[in-house]
Amino acid sequence: MAEYSALSLLRNAFSGNRDWKPAWRKPDPKPAYDVIIVGGGGHGLSTAYYLAAEHGISNVAVIERGWLGQGNIGRNTTIVRSNYLLPESVRFYEHSMKLWENLSHELNYNVMFSQRGVLNLAHTPSQMDDYARRGNAMRLNGADAELLSREEVARKVPGLDVSASARFPIVGGLLQPRAGTARHDAVAWGFARGADRRGVDIIENCEVTGFLRDGDRITGVRTTRGEIRARKTAVAVAGMTGHVMKLAGIDKLPIESHVLQAFVSESLKPFVDTVVTFGSGHLYMSQSDKGGLVFGGDIDGYNTYAQRGNLPIVEDVMSEMVAMFPGLARVRLLRSWGGIMDMSMDGSPIITTGPLPGMYLNCGWCYGGFKATPASGWAFAYTIARDQPHAINAAYTLDRFKRGILIDEKGQGSTPRLH
Amino acid sequence: MLITCPYCGPRDLAEFTYQGDANRVRPDPASTDHEAWYDYVYQRANPVGDHKEYWQHSGGCRSHIVVVRNTMTHAVGSVGFAREHEERKSAARHKSGEKA
Repeated sequence: MAEYSALSLLRNAFSGNRDWKPAWRKPDPKPAYDVIIVGGGGHGLSTAYYLAAEHGISNVAVIERGWLGQGNIGRNTTIVRSNYLLPESVRFYEHSMKLWENLSHELNYNVMFSQRGVLNLAHTPSQMDDYARRGNAMRLNGADAELLSREEVARKVPGLDVSASARFPIVGGLLQPRAGTARHDAVAWGFARGADRRGVDIIENCEVTGFLRDGDRITGVRTTRGEIRARKTAVAVAGMTGHVMKLAGIDKLPIESHVLQAFVSESLKPFVDTVVTFGSGHLYMSQSDKGGLVFGGDIDGYNTYAQRGNLPIVEDVMSEMVAMFPGLARVRLLRSWGGIMDMSMDGSPIITTGPLPGMYLNCGWCYGGFKATPASGWAFAYTIARDQPHAINAAYTLDRFKRGILIDEKGQGSTPRLH
Repeated sequence: MLITCPYCGPRDLAEFTYQGDANRVRPDPASTDHEAWYDYVYQRANPVGDHKEYWQHSGGCRSHIVVVRNTMTHAVGSVGFAREHEERKSAARHKSGEKA
């Protein structure tokens, strides 16, 4: 399946690059499939890929209302990590990390996965204690973690203000060396091509306007390009979950949609070679290969489906950035944008069969969906193929809220904007 | 985004704190109805379009208000006091025969 190799590059260079095959076809929808996946974002595409690659189910359609990867897969800050505290979370995200480590090879598509490390800064001794606890939990669950002193932090990230007179003095940090970044668009394109070559139909510009039912059972979808039937209908639409599930008659879910903004600065010379997060507020930043600083902070904090945010958060994020790196005060902002987050009530995702017969649901990613892309698709494909969850997503049920077995990393309770 | 506070007039979003969905109905504190509590604590309609929600003018007069805001356009429709909204909600609950 190696379509891209040094040899193919050379051959196509000599033929004027006219013979490259499109990475995915533009098929018309067939009347019926084994599985329909609603949502052609990262999670939907990776689900389609793993259904075909791991479970031999390739009579699959991915239905996307706009163009492939128009949503959060192309709007995130590209960070991949598994530095969680709770066993259910580390287990899942560490599985994702292992898939990331082999993803470019698996897909024969360079997703530019760069294990440059993620460094969480600590600003108080109690925060260091907390990081020691989290680092130990990560190690116990098979991930990697190192506690760094202030001096080690200063050596690793030279631009940081580590002085005692800083507004929030840095006392150390928690580093996950295997964490890092990946090129987000390439992840969507790589999964799309891998799924397409295995027979999956990726149908763009096709909005789901309703669900077909036989009694309680979901038997397919009504779309702007006609009715499409399927034995199994899976929904992976992130921020649009509330809207799409209403079409199936599910009026309420433990989800709120919120906007998260992200930013990129003008290009700078190589300045920081790791991902740094601020510990006295909420900010995470890295430098892209083009030189732009890619960063973001908190969600805006009110319900919204608009893919744009408001100015108070912009000001917050910028002031945190300057508190960390005073030298960046005069760097100019190039772009900012927003994506809609499906904020769940405990900050953890939902990957499950149901809630209706013939239906499967993948949502609740809050603002941590990008790093989960491979494992989310992997576990969702398993759940769809076998009608039961894999051990890594068994805890991510929809009824855990009713049963009181929440997976609340931050201990914030049912206030989604705080997760 | 500007919100028109009933006391202070149009003020910047930065002065307000979001308090969430105002359509939820809190069961009576003595209630042991699991479904009702689950619905109140965890379930959200999360609509596209008009959303009735609580805000507090925390950086101003500190009054609690109920705002109807469009979740696609951020346009603010009506603004009223939370107390009046709560009284209406509670009256409707009594009228529908629910035990207090």
